[in-house]
Amino acid sequence: MFTSVEDVSARLAETGYLASPAVATTVFLADRLGKPLLVEGPAGVGKTELAKAVAEVAGARLVRLQCYEGVDESRALYEWNHAKQLLRISAGREQSWDETRTDIFGEEFLLTRPLLTAIRGDDPKVLLIDETDKADVEIEGLLLEVLGDFQVTVPELGTITATRRPFVVLTSNATRELSEALRRRCLFLHIGFPEEELERRILRLKVPGLDEALAASVVRVVGALRAMDLRKVPSVAETIDWARTLLALGAGTLGEGVVRDTLGVLLKHQEDVLKAAAKLDLDAV
Amino acid sequence: MSAAAEPAAGTAEVAGRLAGFTGALRGHGIRIGTGESVDAARAVEALGLADRELLREGLAATLLHGTGQRAVFDQVFDLYFPRTVGGPEGPAAGREDLRDRLARALAADDAALMGRLAVEAVDGFGGYGSSPGADGWSAYQTLERLRPQTLLARVRASVRAGGGTGGGEGAPEEFTERLLDDEIRRRIELFRRQVGAEARRRVAERRGRQEIARRAVAPTADRVDFLYAGRDRVAELRRTVRPLARKLATRLAARRRRAARGSIDLRRTLRGSLSTGGVPVKPVLRRRRPVRPELVLLCDVSGSVAGFSDFTMLLVQALHDQFSKVRVFAFVNRIDEVTGLLRHGTADPEGLGARIQEEARLTGWHGSSDYGVALGEFAERYADVVGPRTTVFVLGDARTNMADPNLPALREIAGRARRVYWLNPEPRAQWGTGDSAAPDYAGEVGMHECRNARQLGAIVSRLLPV
Repeated sequence: MFTSVEDVSARLAETGYLASPAVATTVFLADRLGKPLLVEGPAGVGKTELAKAVAEVAGARLVRLQCYEGVDESRALYEWNHAKQLLRISAGREQSWDETRTDIFGEEFLLTRPLLTAIRGDDPKVLLIDETDKADVEIEGLLLEVLGDFQVTVPELGTITATRRPFVVLTSNATRELSEALRRRCLFLHIGFPEEELERRILRLKVPGLDEALAASVVRVVGALRAMDLRKVPSVAETIDWARTLLALGAGTLGEGVVRDTLGVLLKHQEDVLKAAAKLDLDAV
Repeated sequence: MSAAAEPAAGTAEVAGRLAGFTGALRGHGIRIGTGESVDAARAVEALGLADRELLREGLAATLLHGTGQRAVFDQVFDLYFPRTVGGPEGPAAGREDLRDRLARALAADDAALMGRLAVEAVDGFGGYGSSPGADGWSAYQTLERLRPQTLLARVRASVRAGGGTGGGEGAPEEFTERLLDDEIRRRIELFRRQVGAEARRRVAERRGRQEIARRAVAPTADRVDFLYAGRDRVAELRRTVRPLARKLATRLAARRRRAARGSIDLRRTLRGSLSTGGVPVKPVLRRRRPVRPELVLLCDVSGSVAGFSDFTMLLVQALHDQFSKVRVFAFVNRIDEVTGLLRHGTADPEGLGARIQEEARLTGWHGSSDYGVALGEFAERYADVVGPRTTVFVLGDARTNMADPNLPALREIAGRARRVYWLNPEPRAQWGTGDSAAPDYAGEVGMHECRNARQLGAIVSRLLPV
């Protein structure tokens, strides 16, 4: 898919995703080694966006499995369409049982869910397994087979092996420690907060009307907030929101009043707002 | 700098270097299997050895499994794949000259230039000893002579004068001005780390990198001993409290779920079986009352174990919504309740220890810890705190300064509480040495060794009541 690491950066940038060297290198390796990519990091740094950008670059279909507590095999892998099967049985009353049986467990009655969808077919696909840590431990066992050998066993149909391996991205917010077995099958990538220079570039790309000096100031303030010991430090998504807010307010420069009034866009807890205001020497909020 | 890591290295040598590297990482508790090593080698093949930073990211992606391991990885990587070999060429620069150039690099925020200056600095000022075998390179000595922290005012002035990086309009800079000092401090901190890495590299050249990789690389934060953690490590540990608490909370919730599908209620199962002719078709499970347990913490906050107690208090506080009631008591040789100081949201982790010392009555006639008196006072004054639903954790090293350990008091508490656990931050081998009454107390209640955050996490997730 990619020829070199620079190629990865350049083509991701075309889709509007500015990748740090670490991200570009790991995506390149995931493609080369044909291994799934496990992405961890704080919320709002673009873990899910990465999968979307890769899909766009590769001209592939994005298949997404959103994990949540209680997600199970029938939501993740496949399910038989029971209602349709019943209809088929009652429609063909005069047929023998043998005929019916081979018929109702055919492709027509199979509802494919994301994992199976990603494996079947010849077109290129990107499989995004989002928030893997939210799923139960049992699902991890299922993922092991899928991600290790890219195959799925359906008892009535046999084992389905991928003819073309999808590019797999798993994301996690680390609320639960994923099992060592799953980690071992993946390349690990931690996306942290970007460097100042990269964040400035992201801002200018995402908020086109922002002038350069203001972007630099915004990034510096956000950097200072991240160095504080807050409950929830602002992420890239919040930085972009803030820049948009400033733009909408028509604030050409970053003054004390503007920062004080808009701190709520960056910080989501009242105690954080108070703490940050104190550290930044803002007057009472 | 994209100098080749090892330009003319043969395949065998690369493989050997890689194997040594993974070995050193394993020595720091990072679990790496053969599969990962093979992947790492394939990554090297795909990326080539031309660009050191690419190599670093590639190896990190294939060898690491978690975020916490990265700091150790970077340090070991610098030893096994050094940027250059030997010292810089050319005559050593004078101290003032180097400080001038460093000030300029700090003002311009040029990390690459700072890295080169770190190399020069260690070469010029870090060497000590002259006889082979006793000489080496010291980051401490380099930084003592160079004193980068004193450059702060100078850098600030030059950033302001030069308009800094921002462009220099008057108004917008006014607000971000106040961030400048912290930014410069962070840059200086970066330079200190660069000097440290460079000194390690130079020493490793002389002593063999295996030994340095084992001894001089700082371990991951969760494996640092509470008793020996320096101030910045404690701060680093504190930042892990919330993620750890979140993990423990999910683990507790999972245990609770499992416990809820618990045992069979025989009486109700038999009663139900009457409708099916005495055959128990449907087993009825015992219902669990949704009682949330109560927790009481007794923390020794005397100097020697304060770091451990602080950390545990914060952890329990972060877990507060898992319990119906959490009460925290601190003692040195008198005991006082500090629950209020830890109330959610108001707990400022940095000043916690100081505030506890300030606002609670913890010492009587003298300032050294006395477990016997403190336990006795607790059993007497706060008898109503401990009930059959309460789990009590005692945190401390059980060093009573030769005073009476007052075992009956602990026995009384244990008799009244549901469970009592003692978490001891000392290694097990030291229990009972000197003035430690650990074996006596261990005879009364379950005592667990709890030396670092990793052990604490494991113990807490096992012992906390569900």
